[in-house]
Amino acid sequence: MNAPAYNFAYLDEQTKRMIRRAILKAIAIPGYQVPFASREMPMPYGWGTGGVQVTAAILGPADVLKVIDQGSDDTTNAISIRKFFAKTAGVATTTATEEATVIQTRHRIPEATLHDKQVLVYQVPIPEPLRFLEPRETETRRMHALAEYGLMHVKLYEDIARFGHISTAYAYPVKVNARYVMDPSPTPKFDNPKMDNCAALQLFGAGREKRIYAIPPYTQVVSLDFEDHPFEAYRFNAPCALCGAENSYLDEIVTDDKGGRMFVCSDTDYCEGRQAAGHHGALSAAPYKEKAHG
Amino acid sequence: MVDQAALENDQPLLVAEALSKSYGRIAACRDVSFSLYPGEVLAIVGESGSGKSTLLQMLSGQLTPSGGQVSYRMRDGVTRDLTSLGEAERRFLFRTDWGYVHQDPAQGLRMAVSAGANVGERLMAVGWNHYGRIRDTASDWLTRVEIDTARIDDAPRTYSGGMRQRLQIARNLVTEPRLVFMDEPTGGLDVSVQARLLDLVRSLVAELHLAVVIVTHDLAVARLLSHRVMVMKGGRVIETGLTDQVLDDPREPYTQLLVSSILPP
Repeated sequence: MNAPAYNFAYLDEQTKRMIRRAILKAIAIPGYQVPFASREMPMPYGWGTGGVQVTAAILGPADVLKVIDQGSDDTTNAISIRKFFAKTAGVATTTATEEATVIQTRHRIPEATLHDKQVLVYQVPIPEPLRFLEPRETETRRMHALAEYGLMHVKLYEDIARFGHISTAYAYPVKVNARYVMDPSPTPKFDNPKMDNCAALQLFGAGREKRIYAIPPYTQVVSLDFEDHPFEAYRFNAPCALCGAENSYLDEIVTDDKGGRMFVCSDTDYCEGRQAAGHHGALSAAPYKEKAHG
Repeated sequence: MVDQAALENDQPLLVAEALSKSYGRIAACRDVSFSLYPGEVLAIVGESGSGKSTLLQMLSGQLTPSGGQVSYRMRDGVTRDLTSLGEAERRFLFRTDWGYVHQDPAQGLRMAVSAGANVGERLMAVGWNHYGRIRDTASDWLTRVEIDTARIDDAPRTYSGGMRQRLQIARNLVTEPRLVFMDEPTGGLDVSVQARLLDLVRSLVAELHLAVVIVTHDLAVARLLSHRVMVMKGGRVIETGLTDQVLDDPREPYTQLLVSSILPP
């Protein structure tokens, strides 16, 4: 009774074939949402069931898996998905972006530049960028088919009319390969430029909505904007308090109830890497300070 | 020398030939033919169930006729059968060269987005990409339909019925269409608001040289706006002619009944 209870990477081979077919179609039509027969996974919807299925379908025994949640390798979601594949597929796992061949992510793109041996798998809650403006699925599909994207600009217009600037800060709509408008999942718009001409393959899985879409390597990805209100990547105007990075995406952490706060890199691997390389920030902890004061 | 503009006006914009629509054994519309010229306002009158709305939907390409055809002279001067247009072309036509004013403004407007975005949507759909210019044009159109520009950022759900209807008209006219379909545009409005709206529509039609097909059961609306009237009953056109001719000197018994059922002022 030592036979494994699951097939390699949990899903049965037929299901993986079905998902791979959807992935191939998605790669062939960049930005197009391919419907697929999403399975029940041993986790609730909203926890990355789409991403997990895509990862399961592309994972091989030689792959090295990294899972991040909001840039962090050590949150509940990231740890449980990493353990899930360590257990069901027996693959090696890592937290180092450079070493990973498959990176499953929720809400971030790693700071380190991705290379052409990597696949980035996004967990997507709502794949349809037009959803909140046009509730009918039949209509949004037709709009995609006919490339009628005026409505997307209506949303940006509303932002400017209300707030004086494009206030959409995450899930910022992009046009892929000059054809399909796509929701990049709730990544901060800071990450949008990283999707453009990226060396790695980017796959998006939405489990509840049963859609897969993709950006092939080296594909043009343009953030939508107005001529007089161009796209701007936003980050807090501060260095990381732990590693001093000036160009990474920051999380704001409230430290007390008197308005105290610190800004740290949301990408934990990037931050730790920089600290190991000797960089330090204003709030770096004891080992560094003790050394400094000798 | 040939006057090109005059030549243009001499050719019909929209031609309906023997249009019919039946739902099973029920014929909603039978053998309707007419031509509409640029700048002309045609009213289709008749009681509920006479086939007015079915006809309007066929004319605007939203419903495929069971028989007959509708052809439209496109901006490039070529007259084409509506059924021969691809869906993309038809939808493009619908948001550029045509307008469609619904009886219920909630159907023609996006109630949750601001008035400015409602007017600007068609512009953005044809590729306008400059916020400042879109907003200026939207605000200009709000002025033309007598909506206070201070309310440009309010959603139409905060507007009164009359304002919504005027906003719907602005939203349709912003791309300077040549043909506008109106389905009972004054339905559900009180009399004074109706009068103001009709006055506005009449001046815009004259100013922009619009061709209009207006469906109404209100003969007063037909009298005020239209040049020609078509009277429908049981899916057929029973009488057609100049508005004053039909309304002042009705020939058919049914038209006489319609005209005489207006309460004397």
